[in-house]
Amino acid sequence: MNNIDKNTLLELYRSLLLIRQVELKIEALYPEDEMKTPVHLSLGQEAVSAGICSQLKKEDTIYSNHRSHGHYLAKGGDLKAMIAELYCKETGCSRGRGGSMHLIDTSVGHFGSSSIVGGGIPHAVGGAFAYKMQKKDLIAVAFFGDAACEQGVFFESMNWAAFKKLPVLFVCENNQYAVCSHISARQYSSDIYKRSRAFDIPSRKINGNDVVEVYNKTKEILQYVRGGNGPYFLECSVQRWRGHAGPGDPLKDKYRHPADLSREEVDSLFNFQHKLLAEKIVTQAELDDIKQKIDADIKAAFEFGQKEPLPDTAELEKYLFAE
Amino acid sequence: MPWTKLQIEKEEPIYDDHADEDVRKLSYGEALREALDQALERDERVYAMGQGVDDPGGMFGSTLDLHKKYGSDRVFDTPLSEAAMIGMAIGSAMAGLRPVSIHNRPDFLLVCMDQIVNHAAKWHFMFGGQVPIPLVIRSCIGRGWGSAAQHSQALHSLFVHIPGLKVVMPSTAYDAKGLLIASIADNNPVIFMEHRWSYRHKGHVPEEVYSIPFGKGVIRRKGEHITVVAVSHMVIECLRAAEELAGEGISLEIIDPRSLKPLDEDIILQSIKKTGRLLVADLSWKTGGFSAEVLAMAAEKGFSYLKKPPVRIALPDIPTPSSFVLEQAFYPGVSDIVQSVKNMMDT
Repeated sequence: MNNIDKNTLLELYRSLLLIRQVELKIEALYPEDEMKTPVHLSLGQEAVSAGICSQLKKEDTIYSNHRSHGHYLAKGGDLKAMIAELYCKETGCSRGRGGSMHLIDTSVGHFGSSSIVGGGIPHAVGGAFAYKMQKKDLIAVAFFGDAACEQGVFFESMNWAAFKKLPVLFVCENNQYAVCSHISARQYSSDIYKRSRAFDIPSRKINGNDVVEVYNKTKEILQYVRGGNGPYFLECSVQRWRGHAGPGDPLKDKYRHPADLSREEVDSLFNFQHKLLAEKIVTQAELDDIKQKIDADIKAAFEFGQKEPLPDTAELEKYLFAE
Repeated sequence: MPWTKLQIEKEEPIYDDHADEDVRKLSYGEALREALDQALERDERVYAMGQGVDDPGGMFGSTLDLHKKYGSDRVFDTPLSEAAMIGMAIGSAMAGLRPVSIHNRPDFLLVCMDQIVNHAAKWHFMFGGQVPIPLVIRSCIGRGWGSAAQHSQALHSLFVHIPGLKVVMPSTAYDAKGLLIASIADNNPVIFMEHRWSYRHKGHVPEEVYSIPFGKGVIRRKGEHITVVAVSHMVIECLRAAEELAGEGISLEIIDPRSLKPLDEDIILQSIKKTGRLLVADLSWKTGGFSAEVLAMAAEKGFSYLKKPPVRIALPDIPTPSSFVLEQAFYPGVSDIVQSVKNMMDT
């Protein structure tokens, strides 16, 4: 942690906390049934989004999946537009046509989220292909889960990215669960990172619950990808704290063991905050200031989302085709 | 001789839609190639890919040697990973490119339906208009020489069903060029479906760049007695049937919709208003197919014009057989059209 300057550490903290607080707020208000969209909460997986996106240029592009909130917020997606989207409003980031699983903010390089598992992986490859063709100094990052690595398109995409030496970072957030089905019931091995090596794509597995580890290890990986060396595959071990969709409790539903989700092991925010204070890098007052600001932004975003107008039903067909 | 050419040259006579005129003529394949060539030349965002686009055959001639002219960065061979390649095309389109993905047969599109239907077709709508996906997906329907059930499917009806896709099927060389240019210029995913037998035909193709608007059908032959809506290669079959029937005093008005979605409903309705009879000749299966859609549209919007029950010429609801005798029984042709027309006139 000592190698990271204080501003960056605070930026990481801010990013982690923003995702955490937004998700907790959604969870708290979801039972009101006003956010009529299936939410897949990023709780427990914040560190991967924060650690990676904090090191991307605004113009670098990311491609997300159904568990999209963390990626969107970490890349700098507009908070108000996201909350308005959850409330199905015309001013939502997808104009109320996408919902929670389909967030986008092209102005900050967030190029959409596919809820078809694995579907966004080749899009990242296509972005990288375009950047190489256009001779732009940009990279593309695909975020996907462990189950996406069961899709054929995952292997097809790696083959092409390796063959064309494309500037793409594959980020697998391995939370071990597809809905309630454990990876041991689905895959030959839980070491997904080894698969890319069949294509000579270098890879590693890191602790995705530790934002400092994600940051530090990704730093050199991003240099590698940006340096024109071809793709890289990063597997991040993470824990999904909630059910697959909606709040949900894996412990109550009895498909997970409490030991899997012990705070000391899996809470990136809790541990990071503890370290920042213990090493006297920041004061509690500084962290409180950040939290106050974030909570104010979230409050404003929810007020915005709740009061904004719903789509006009006369515009049902709007956006079907581009001009 | 490659098998794909063999039967066509034996069984499909060249149809020249400007037989007696001294005008610039190209074959269907040459017209497609010229359109792609001009698009690549004028717009550096355009690229073309597909299994075999740079091989000695050049996708039946339609991409021949373009990789030599534009380089293998812009015209290139692909792995047989249709899902990843269409997904790649979508990603590159979001980043500002204009991909043309070329597939030997529509049958192979079935392995990337997820990327076409769940992704390309949805992206602009689902993200509230933020990301246009300019993407052309070309494929060529096969027929004959035992192409059989997995190399002959005319799958346009599946795509017509999907909101967010445009579907075009040129039947002439002129339209092949104009529609391909329009498809590449369009900011949406376009399913561009060719027919292998259409490559046998030639016609007038101007050298300049031109495009044919979607949703604009054309009357291929004027007539009084029966409106015939014919798709792709069936246009040629119907023109031949019309010649035969003309001798018996029956005149067909043959409409080529050219784009199936959007469909030029008006040109069909205006014609049945005049003739009172409708026959649809399609290349796909009858049940749930494009021919059913045309009949439904005519029934909804032009019921009072119809003097007779409308008729469909389409494939029987079975997979394509391989044996040539079964192929002959399977595909409807000129004689079926003639017989159907006579039945409509008799009753």
